[in-house]
Amino acid sequence: MIEPIRIPSALLPRRFRVVVNCPELSDVSTLSILPLDGTQTSGKPGQFNMLYAFGVGEIAISISGNPADTDTLLHTIRNVGAVSGALCGLREGAMLGLRGPFGTPWPVEAQAGRDLVIIAGGLGLAPLRPAILQALSMRSALRSLSLVVGARSPSQILYPAQLADWAGSGALRISLTVDRATPGWTGMVGVVTTRLERALEGCDPANVSAFVCGPEVMMRHSCQALEDLGVPAACQWISMERNMKCAVGSCGHCQFGPDFVCRDGPVFRWDRIGARLRIREI
Amino acid sequence: MKTQSIAEILSEHSILGRFDADSIELLAGCARNLHFGAGEMIQREGDPAALVHVLRTGDVAIEISAAHIAPTVVETVHGGDILGWGWLIPPYRTMFDARAMTEVSCVALDAACLRGKCDEDPQLGYQLFKYWLPHLAARFRAQRLQVADLYGRDDD
Repeated sequence: MIEPIRIPSALLPRRFRVVVNCPELSDVSTLSILPLDGTQTSGKPGQFNMLYAFGVGEIAISISGNPADTDTLLHTIRNVGAVSGALCGLREGAMLGLRGPFGTPWPVEAQAGRDLVIIAGGLGLAPLRPAILQALSMRSALRSLSLVVGARSPSQILYPAQLADWAGSGALRISLTVDRATPGWTGMVGVVTTRLERALEGCDPANVSAFVCGPEVMMRHSCQALEDLGVPAACQWISMERNMKCAVGSCGHCQFGPDFVCRDGPVFRWDRIGARLRIREI
Repeated sequence: MKTQSIAEILSEHSILGRFDADSIELLAGCARNLHFGAGEMIQREGDPAALVHVLRTGDVAIEISAAHIAPTVVETVHGGDILGWGWLIPPYRTMFDARAMTEVSCVALDAACLRGKCDEDPQLGYQLFKYWLPHLAARFRAQRLQVADLYGRDDD
């Protein structure tokens, strides 16, 4: 008798159903999904899932919802290719496959007593949103909480309503800046690095921890600027993005020097990975 | 409420505060307090760069305007920043429009007075460059990143 092939559970997608497809920007949607088997969802801030658009393909997407919500999973997706386009096009009731969660999380709980500065560029706010929500849930344990958000232009600011709510709550300091102003924009203009000195006002740099997510060049310059301001490299974390396929460190597609981004990341401490970001060949 | 002298204000500034007390007094001799209301123009492109604005509080938009387009904000500067470098480069004209986005308080240094003091005291001039250049370099670095279009796609 032929033995059935045993597929490790990490490689076997579970079926999920789309509850809401919420358009965020012209090419960005947030899928709210529920497992068909009724089990609770899981995932720590910073982790990702492999989402499978049936018959099209599978891609890694960061969890972007509240980690305290174990019923529904949120993923914010930019339509940049066949799979992401198919996922963005899923309507309420549609099904998709999901493997995960995978990867390393933002170390939010470890920041008790510290000044936490979260720096998001563009769509980088999506993987950081769960960390922000978790930080807000333990706000009294943090000495201070600041959020610096950069976007290309005012129309490209992600989650504007939630940013306004957070700003109104007074629980965290928010600094919002765009690279390109459009008529009517009355806020800050300039890259996120120009806002860091003010985000650290009133903080001892040695007591600051930073979570940074955005395009690699933005993260590189932000972490360097934080170091220049006295924030230790060992107190900064970034989230890396690479072409992830297996998500369990087997296939090698996401290899980045000695690390696999899917297994050893995507959240890395800056002093571990920063020097590698300056090597063009990898 | 205690009123601060200009020398005290300059000594608390992140860049100019690095000067010793005597040099601060020299700089203060060229300075006066200025205030701008929200929306007020601080300088217009091409005007004589007669003042260096050391921003204390408030936000300032650096704008480019042309006949066929609305003024475009290319950068915002804020309390702690120093506005303008046209005062140092002949023929000493401002290079951009600057408009107060909010109420702005600043210390304005008379450019001709400042240049004169730097000419008379090269040590003072060298220190001014040494302290001011990193601020300028940081703004150049930021603007290069801005030009690099980090975030990619856009429909604007």
